[in-house]
Amino acid sequence: MTILAYLIPISLFMGGLGLAFFVYTVRSNQYDDPEGDSRRILSDEYDDHPKP
Amino acid sequence: MSGNMRPTPSACPACAAAPSAERLAEEAAAHVSAQIALSLPTIHCSACISKVEKALNAHPGVKSARVNLTLKRASIEAESDITAADMKTLVEALGYEAHELDPGTLNATANDRAGRELLMRLAVAGFASMNVMLLSVSVWSGAAEATRDLFHWLSAAIALPTIAFSGQPFFRNAWAALSNRQLNMDVPITLAIVLAVVTSLWETALSGAHAYFDAALALTFFLLAGRYLDHRTRAIARSAAEELTALEVPRAIRLRDGEEETVNISELAVGDLVLVRPGGRMPVDGEIVAGTSEIDRSLLTGETLPVFAGEGQGVSAGEVNLTGPLTIRASAVGADTSLHRMADLVAIAESGRSRYTSLADKAAKLYAPGVHILSALAFVGWYLYTFDVRTALNIAAAVLIITCPCALGLAVPAVTTAASGRLFRRGMLIKHETALERLAEVDTVVFDKTGTLTAGTPELTNMAELPRRDIELALALAEGSSHPLAQAITRAARDAGFAPARVSDVTERPGFGTSAMHAGQEVRLGRASWTGADGLAETATFLSRGGGDAPRAFIFADRLREGAAEAVESLKEAGKTVYLMSGDTTPAVEALAARLGIERWMAEALPADKAERIQALTAGGAKVLMVGDGLNDTAALAAAHVSISPASALDAARVASDIVLLGSDLSPIAAACDTARSATRRIRENFNIATVYNVVAVPLAIAGFATPLIAALAMSASSITVSLNALRLR
Repeated sequence: MTILAYLIPISLFMGGLGLAFFVYTVRSNQYDDPEGDSRRILSDEYDDHPKP
Repeated sequence: MSGNMRPTPSACPACAAAPSAERLAEEAAAHVSAQIALSLPTIHCSACISKVEKALNAHPGVKSARVNLTLKRASIEAESDITAADMKTLVEALGYEAHELDPGTLNATANDRAGRELLMRLAVAGFASMNVMLLSVSVWSGAAEATRDLFHWLSAAIALPTIAFSGQPFFRNAWAALSNRQLNMDVPITLAIVLAVVTSLWETALSGAHAYFDAALALTFFLLAGRYLDHRTRAIARSAAEELTALEVPRAIRLRDGEEETVNISELAVGDLVLVRPGGRMPVDGEIVAGTSEIDRSLLTGETLPVFAGEGQGVSAGEVNLTGPLTIRASAVGADTSLHRMADLVAIAESGRSRYTSLADKAAKLYAPGVHILSALAFVGWYLYTFDVRTALNIAAAVLIITCPCALGLAVPAVTTAASGRLFRRGMLIKHETALERLAEVDTVVFDKTGTLTAGTPELTNMAELPRRDIELALALAEGSSHPLAQAITRAARDAGFAPARVSDVTERPGFGTSAMHAGQEVRLGRASWTGADGLAETATFLSRGGGDAPRAFIFADRLREGAAEAVESLKEAGKTVYLMSGDTTPAVEALAARLGIERWMAEALPADKAERIQALTAGGAKVLMVGDGLNDTAALAAAHVSISPASALDAARVASDIVLLGSDLSPIAAACDTARSATRRIRENFNIATVYNVVAVPLAIAGFATPLIAALAMSASSITVSLNALRLR
């Protein structure tokens, strides 16, 4: 049963990591345009460099 | 994005203490950049996105442009000298429909903070309930003694902070209800969650076998899911409704010392001179000081015939200027205009929707006291039987958890989300939360005429009776004018293959008509009094050919709106009584009623008449659906059991109605009644499912046989059944 001493913290940590990422995605407006984002992935233009 | 790239103006550390420099710089930045929002109703694919964005970003002066496909909207940040009209023509050149939106109106909904907060709470509850469920499964599958206690303590450590965070919406609502000495659905929910956590903690401290942490969390999760669905449906409706409002950019042209300046309507003051161009809507009440024209008052009174407007005549906000530019001296602005006063009266009037109790409220009224009594009885009964507070409390908690309205909380939102989404795709926007339920009960439909059953554009009806020569002459005169009747003549004559007669010196006299020289004689096309004809009851324009001939009448009827005939027919087929009520003249209304096969009609109705007639119908036991668009309909829209207005309606009418038709087609109305009926049926079925599950599980809980496993199974099973049943909606 000593394995629990590792497994429980690990599983909690990984779940918490997922939650933290989710919080980040909500905070950075990633659910504002779900339909557009699902289409943008098909476009071969990158828009991660905003116009100067 | 560009905000991050801006160099900080306060470079020295000491300046950080004086943030005014930065604020000044920010204000300056706000001055040089303009926020422009465009509505793009026809974009639909990734190619559309990149095409529009590329074109907009390539335009000099545009800092950044981003298309949102979900909202079908483009937001542009640009230099201050770029106007929305430039951007609109740019996008239209690509072949997409574009409309300017008022960013001020949109900003109110830009950040859906409440929705985001709910989503966050939902995510935390989901995360915690999955983790606790994992621990609970090990307990149910045989973990004992110290291991079980460890798992229970871990569950408690996850559950307590989660419930403190995620349960807040329920706690707040319950507290609000209790402090008003009322019971709502959130009171038993809060009690169940709190009691479950407290008894579980107690059990855990005494190393007992049963802890309900997973149940408390699953409860929170399912209920939050219902709340979130509910919120989303309403947020989508609200943002679409606000987009409709934002389409009318509130701007007016003010004349100051002979100079034209474009200002916001809110900046206008009494006594200002306002210029209204042909096609524009009057922004204020006032008096015409210069110019002659014709004005269309159909949105206010329902009459289709344009009215002559000349110097000294009064105009009201909301009327549309048709032919010539008018200068108006404002006598009432903003909230003092007659348009606003009438709209406010409607808001005060008691409306059908406030009298209606939703199915969910009815269920809650039965449910909330029932649950409390049941669980209190279980506690008292078991206490008297065993004299053990711990057992009695455990069983009372189990009863509360098992009866807790997971399924009830999902029953209504799951169905309304599915139904609203379906209707939205067909072009109907459900604005009010109980609109669907009320629509399902409708047995009588009242239509307004102008702008609702008819499109508000005239159509030439007597072309077959007119001699060829007259039509050609009229076409020649009409072609130069933007008046709706002239355009109708042009359209009809061109479609029939006529060519214009040869005329010279075509001049338009705003408010009267068009004149020209033909074969050495003056010919005129226009108002009866100007062409020397006797007026007719129908909408008509007259052609005088000079010489001694009597003027020739061109008679028009309002063109039917797309789908109007189908809508009336299918509503009648469905066994509903159809009425037509209009402020227009008797012959016009009678003709339309005959054309659509509506037997019951009422003409020359004042706004109060319409509302009274609807109240009389309601008093006679009818559930009335009112479909109307004008200011003269708003009182009737508010008085009816449920109301629909087209997107072209006046803002006040759209606010008063429960459902907005987004397209120009009327045919979805009949289909919407069917969808509403099947949605209500699904809601009732869902209530039955929830009840059946309670009937099975509650005796188990009261008898003391309920375990956390049974509670979890029953709760999940009923919530999933209810959601699946909602998806069956066709």
